[in-house]
Amino acid sequence: MKQVLDFEKPVVELRGKIEELKRLTEDSEMDLSQEIETLEQRLENLEEDVYDRLTPWNRVQLARHPERPTTLDYIQAMFTDFIELHGDRLYGDDEAIVAGIAKYKGMPVTIVGHQRGKDTKENLRRNFGMPHPEGYRKALRMMKQADKFNRPIVCFIDTKGAYPGKAAEERGQSEAIARNLMEMAGLEVPVVCIVIGEGGSGGALALGVGDHIHMLENSTYSVISPEGAAALLWKDSNLAQHAAETMKITSYDLKKLGIIDTVITEIRGGAHRDIEAQAANIDKVLQKSLESLKKLGKDELLEARWKKYKQIGDYTDLPL
Amino acid sequence: MLKDIFNKKRKYASIPSQEGKQEVPEGVMQKCPGCHKIYYRKELERNLNVCPHCGYHHQQNAFERIKSLVEEDSFEEWDKYMVSTNPLGFPEYEAKLEKDRQKSGLNEAVVTGKGMIGNNETAIAVMDARFRMGSMGSVVGEKIANAIEQARKEKLPFIIFTASGGARMQEGVLSLMQMTKTSVAIQRLHADGGLMISVMTHPTTGGVSASFASLGDFNFAEPGALIGFAGRRIIEQTIREKLPDDFQTAEFLLKHGQLDGVIHRHDLKNKLATILNIHKPGGENS
Repeated sequence: MKQVLDFEKPVVELRGKIEELKRLTEDSEMDLSQEIETLEQRLENLEEDVYDRLTPWNRVQLARHPERPTTLDYIQAMFTDFIELHGDRLYGDDEAIVAGIAKYKGMPVTIVGHQRGKDTKENLRRNFGMPHPEGYRKALRMMKQADKFNRPIVCFIDTKGAYPGKAAEERGQSEAIARNLMEMAGLEVPVVCIVIGEGGSGGALALGVGDHIHMLENSTYSVISPEGAAALLWKDSNLAQHAAETMKITSYDLKKLGIIDTVITEIRGGAHRDIEAQAANIDKVLQKSLESLKKLGKDELLEARWKKYKQIGDYTDLPL
Repeated sequence: MLKDIFNKKRKYASIPSQEGKQEVPEGVMQKCPGCHKIYYRKELERNLNVCPHCGYHHQQNAFERIKSLVEEDSFEEWDKYMVSTNPLGFPEYEAKLEKDRQKSGLNEAVVTGKGMIGNNETAIAVMDARFRMGSMGSVVGEKIANAIEQARKEKLPFIIFTASGGARMQEGVLSLMQMTKTSVAIQRLHADGGLMISVMTHPTTGGVSASFASLGDFNFAEPGALIGFAGRRIIEQTIREKLPDDFQTAEFLLKHGQLDGVIHRHDLKNKLATILNIHKPGGENS
């Protein structure tokens, strides 16, 4: 049973009604095919209405959907020979981040990604996909290894943010994130980042310095959660829906702002409706990305990365 | 009655303390948050905004900082007229920027340029918490990245003084991406063998703490400065426990191995000059 979000209730209800009618016709002599056809047409229109005109808040809800495919789902669907590797060699193994090596269409790659759980037990183990410094340091260790062996890196981004905890601060959350930003900038292999769920602030960015950044259609990328923004700016976290619009956090917003390269089309109703089909959509974009990046020499790659990030932002000069 | 145990009625009247009663004339006098003593602003300024009684480090604004470190008339400012736009069309953002321009006399929350520290020509960036709490939007990110790149090209050491509440909310994800922009610039500086010193002043938090502030060859802080990634209240709500008083202070970070040192403002110029000298090409002879 898929969890139903509030805005998709009319669709689910109508679908239920149609199924009920179909069952009725099976059990009786009545011919309701005309009615069913009309209702199916109405369902088609309603689905279009609901799913093809998603508000930013609807997309936030989809990005947070408990059944939304995670990094490990996509690793399983898109890569072969995956071997997970653990630990930062300094403190511990943070399961809010998974990392390892695999093959992508025969080519060796390193994969790093945030990992949420789909139920409470797994979420506790994964700390809801909110890493501590050791998670970021593990990620960096794997990326440095990829650099040594000349393997492209694929990063899956899916986190509410870096964990705001006492131990995280003591062990240098800021330093861990900052170091990843800087070290990723210097990697001499192609780095492709794909936002698959929530891209929450610095905690997302720490796996996000790529040559290409792609976003699933219903994922978000933001400096602060809509709830946090509403609380901070208007002292009222109930204005989160409004903040989701104002803060410009959807894939289409980021494309417009010149930050991301591609919006990856999602299955109607959200990626969780069909993981295989969604993985195939991602696959097409990733393949193209890696093919174009592999053509660049090391210097070209680094120069292009610098230019990509240097141009982000908006400013002007005061008239003299 | 149980109710009586929790009687809230006070049995005494509270009289404002002697210090509380003293009026503090705006602009002329200043009350120290550290020891609650009151003194002339002039006296404070002469002492580099450090309380002469308890050593509390008041914030220095960008030009006070530059004046206290850089040889007179040697400072050349970069990107002085760069100002923010309102890229997200955020309500009231322009008005807030204008208000802070008037209040601070600055065009944005960071001043960048180059000047002489002792006999070392140095690229400098100084953040100013009076402007939008020193938050980082497109202009702050761009000016800092430009300064780092200029330092790299001119082979100058780069020193940054951070003072920031973090990202500039009104510029949304564009402000987040300035963390990346500045960090990529720093990577290029380090790759070319450039020297970077970060001095974290009160406060250095959020996206600034989690990018350039932490990326120096040397990371120092001023005494008592608040430094951290997440806000204290958010952490307390998340872990449901009270945090120690010294949590996220410069001294706390030093104890946890996150800083090279905590430097009193009176010693700052000398220490920086020494480090610059040690790294000067041919430094063994100078």
